[in-house]
Amino acid sequence: MIDLIFAQTLNGLASASSLFLVACGLSIIFGVTRIVNFAHGSFYMLGAYLAFTLVSYFGGSEALGFWGGVVLAALIVAAIGALVEITVLRRIYQAPELFQLLATFGLVLMVQDIALAIWGAEDKLGPRAPGFKSFVVLMGSRFPTYELFLIVVGPIMLALLWFLFQKTRWGTLVRAATQDREMVGALGVNQRLLFTSVFAFGAGLAGLGGALQLPREAVNLHMDLSMIAEAFVVVVVGGLGSVTGAYLAAVLIGVIHAFGILIFPKITLVLVFLVMAVVLMVKPYGLMGRRPVGSAHAHGPVEPLLLPASPAAKGLGLLALALLLVAPFIVADHWLLTLTELSIFALFAASLHLMMGPGGMASFGHAAYFGLGAYGAALAVKWLALPMLPALAFAPFLAGIAGFVFGWFCVRLSGVYLAMLTLAFAQIAWATAFQWVDLTGGDNGILGVWPAAWANSKLVFYYLTLVICVAFVLLLRVFVFAPFGYALRAGRDSPLRAEAIGLPVMRIQWLAFIIAAFAAGIAGSLFAFFKGSVFPTYMAIPRSVDALLMVLLGGVQTVSGPIVGAFAFMGLQEQLAKATMYWRFVLGASIVLLVILFPRGLVGTTLALAERRREDGGAAPAATPEPAR
Amino acid sequence: MSATMLEIEGLNAYYGRAHILQGVGFSMDRGEVLALMGRNGAGKSTTMKAVMGLVAPQSGRVVFDGQPIAGREPFEIARLGLGYVPEDRRVFSELSVMENLAVGRRPRRDNVPYWTPERLFELFPNLGRMRDRPGGAMSGGEQQMLTIARTLMGNPSLVLLDEPSEGLAPVIVEDMAKTILALKSEGLSVLISEQNLHFAGSVADRATIIEKGLIRFTGTMAELKANDAVRSQYLSV
Repeated sequence: MIDLIFAQTLNGLASASSLFLVACGLSIIFGVTRIVNFAHGSFYMLGAYLAFTLVSYFGGSEALGFWGGVVLAALIVAAIGALVEITVLRRIYQAPELFQLLATFGLVLMVQDIALAIWGAEDKLGPRAPGFKSFVVLMGSRFPTYELFLIVVGPIMLALLWFLFQKTRWGTLVRAATQDREMVGALGVNQRLLFTSVFAFGAGLAGLGGALQLPREAVNLHMDLSMIAEAFVVVVVGGLGSVTGAYLAAVLIGVIHAFGILIFPKITLVLVFLVMAVVLMVKPYGLMGRRPVGSAHAHGPVEPLLLPASPAAKGLGLLALALLLVAPFIVADHWLLTLTELSIFALFAASLHLMMGPGGMASFGHAAYFGLGAYGAALAVKWLALPMLPALAFAPFLAGIAGFVFGWFCVRLSGVYLAMLTLAFAQIAWATAFQWVDLTGGDNGILGVWPAAWANSKLVFYYLTLVICVAFVLLLRVFVFAPFGYALRAGRDSPLRAEAIGLPVMRIQWLAFIIAAFAAGIAGSLFAFFKGSVFPTYMAIPRSVDALLMVLLGGVQTVSGPIVGAFAFMGLQEQLAKATMYWRFVLGASIVLLVILFPRGLVGTTLALAERRREDGGAAPAATPEPAR
Repeated sequence: MSATMLEIEGLNAYYGRAHILQGVGFSMDRGEVLALMGRNGAGKSTTMKAVMGLVAPQSGRVVFDGQPIAGREPFEIARLGLGYVPEDRRVFSELSVMENLAVGRRPRRDNVPYWTPERLFELFPNLGRMRDRPGGAMSGGEQQMLTIARTLMGNPSLVLLDEPSEGLAPVIVEDMAKTILALKSEGLSVLISEQNLHFAGSVADRATIIEKGLIRFTGTMAELKANDAVRSQYLSV
């Protein structure tokens, strides 16, 4: 038994090293630039692929060829990071943080297709590291020497980073800029250079983390998202901005993983979550983290005011609704499927908007509730043998209950911490669906979730979906303009003052969280019957990001935005997927361009332009809050 | 080297739609201590931030030491020899005193005093006794001294001091006055923003008064002290 514990501890420590490097880079970049770099997992993946190519080219059996390839891969990734910072991020430092996030996700999509185009879809197996090809026998079990090498890399990198940040001028400037970058600029430090170097450095760390994995596991196209989710957990547990915290958390998560596989192979991710939950309950800002300086809305303009729709906007909405109602008699049959899907996603986006817009809580994991709704419907059909309507009524409660539990943790945090926690919860929901094969069928999903006979035709199901979705979108709208919505916005804009006038801010946010989860569950349950099947991918990161994209494309601080965004996004994606094999690249590039050109979303920007034309102030050069509808 | 250190003309700046500076203009000579006076919200801090490039001026001219600087970036302006000490101090609370000074360090420049930590500790003996203390664990007065020292590490020829006496105990305010006079004797020019006429009178050669984003009076301290009308209209609370 002892020897097993020993072996698993070593395993955990070995896997912690790469995780530490990636999480550390993520943390440093966020500290200085305040950008949550979703593309950090992509840098990790690029590091692994580049190392594969370079090591093959130089000859991986020679020590120089292998280690030279690994180091060069990290340096190239650092250079790519610098290029990304100069061409994209530098233009959006002033944009709201969610748009920055959106842009980095656009980069994720672009890198995925670039990697696919260069390296193909098959997994790549690298050579074993020269000098570390054998194993040693420790306490009775065989242990690869490369694992031992990785165990040593972690503390050595920690020591090097400590020296870099504590003892060099660059490190001092980085720490100062983490606290007050404007002041650093006023003292004569070229912030641009500092930001670019920090970003390149962080990217290089991720690239090194990826390159070091080469002898350990096959390089594949899914490394990016699985790594970013774990790195987020590590950063949250360790405390944003703390290098030592990142190391401790990486070791903790690595070891828990190793033991989890041994003891409860099916719920390893749940174990990780439990540890994270315990840590965050005791230390809300992580093991070594401090309460963030300033509020979650540290930069970007004040949130614009939400106002009820003007008569013109109401008319436009009614017209759109009328068009949707008569659509079946005008458009071709296959368009009905698209419109059904769009209605479902409009409700999904509207539910996320309630949290993000009036609630001020960005969720990176909203697909969890969509997916739980879908699974709720499928499980009700498969295991409870319920007909369609009772199943549709049952399903959202599964999502709502998850919102109740997850929300309780999430509303205790704010800003980036909250967003990362939602992502971690979504990954857990996904892993549960993926790993609990007996109940969910795992990767094969649950098939045969068909609508009742009376609703089986495209036409009837379209109207059913439309009625339910429109009703709940309107209901969400009512919430926004009810006293509940005012209280929610008050809590978002000034938690302290809202508390001082007697609003239970946390409870109001929690309620909004639950409502949003419930509404997303409705969308998910409709989607299950629409597709006739459910899969774990319904809860995966890309679907959460789809929802974010819809809301942000439309504009966070508008009520109609998410709906316009849903239509724009789904339409764009569908057309792109038809037009090119590399639709991810085109979509990602469009997202990046949109963020640079329209930092307030489509509806937000249109409204701002209309406002400017109407007032024709001429005097005001800077962006000021305008009312949005 | 021109005799005019700083010349501002028709400076306009906004926060959103609020027109904060509505054509501010004044100038100061080399080696002079000028007090920029006015009530809360009159535009003193914004003037300093606009000169420093921290608030982008909408229009107007700012000439520092013969070079136009309006519209340039804060770090470029700082490197030309303009030092800025913000009113809310903004020490790097997680960095030690020595590290705070290191962030401000710039290369030696011709014709201006060259500062090292050791020279600064002669000026601020308290700081020399707490070199390794984190900025966050210092008193308000010590933090104020540290921000000035940090700015001096950049070897400026003109220092912008935003409300240096605010929130400090009277005995520390006296130290502050001595410090400003010491800087002047080193040959530095100093622009201080101030509400306290007594403090301004103890350090400044001249005063210029701002109210609602416009300069309303400029003259020597003696002239200001003699002018009851201006004082009661723009300075008394």
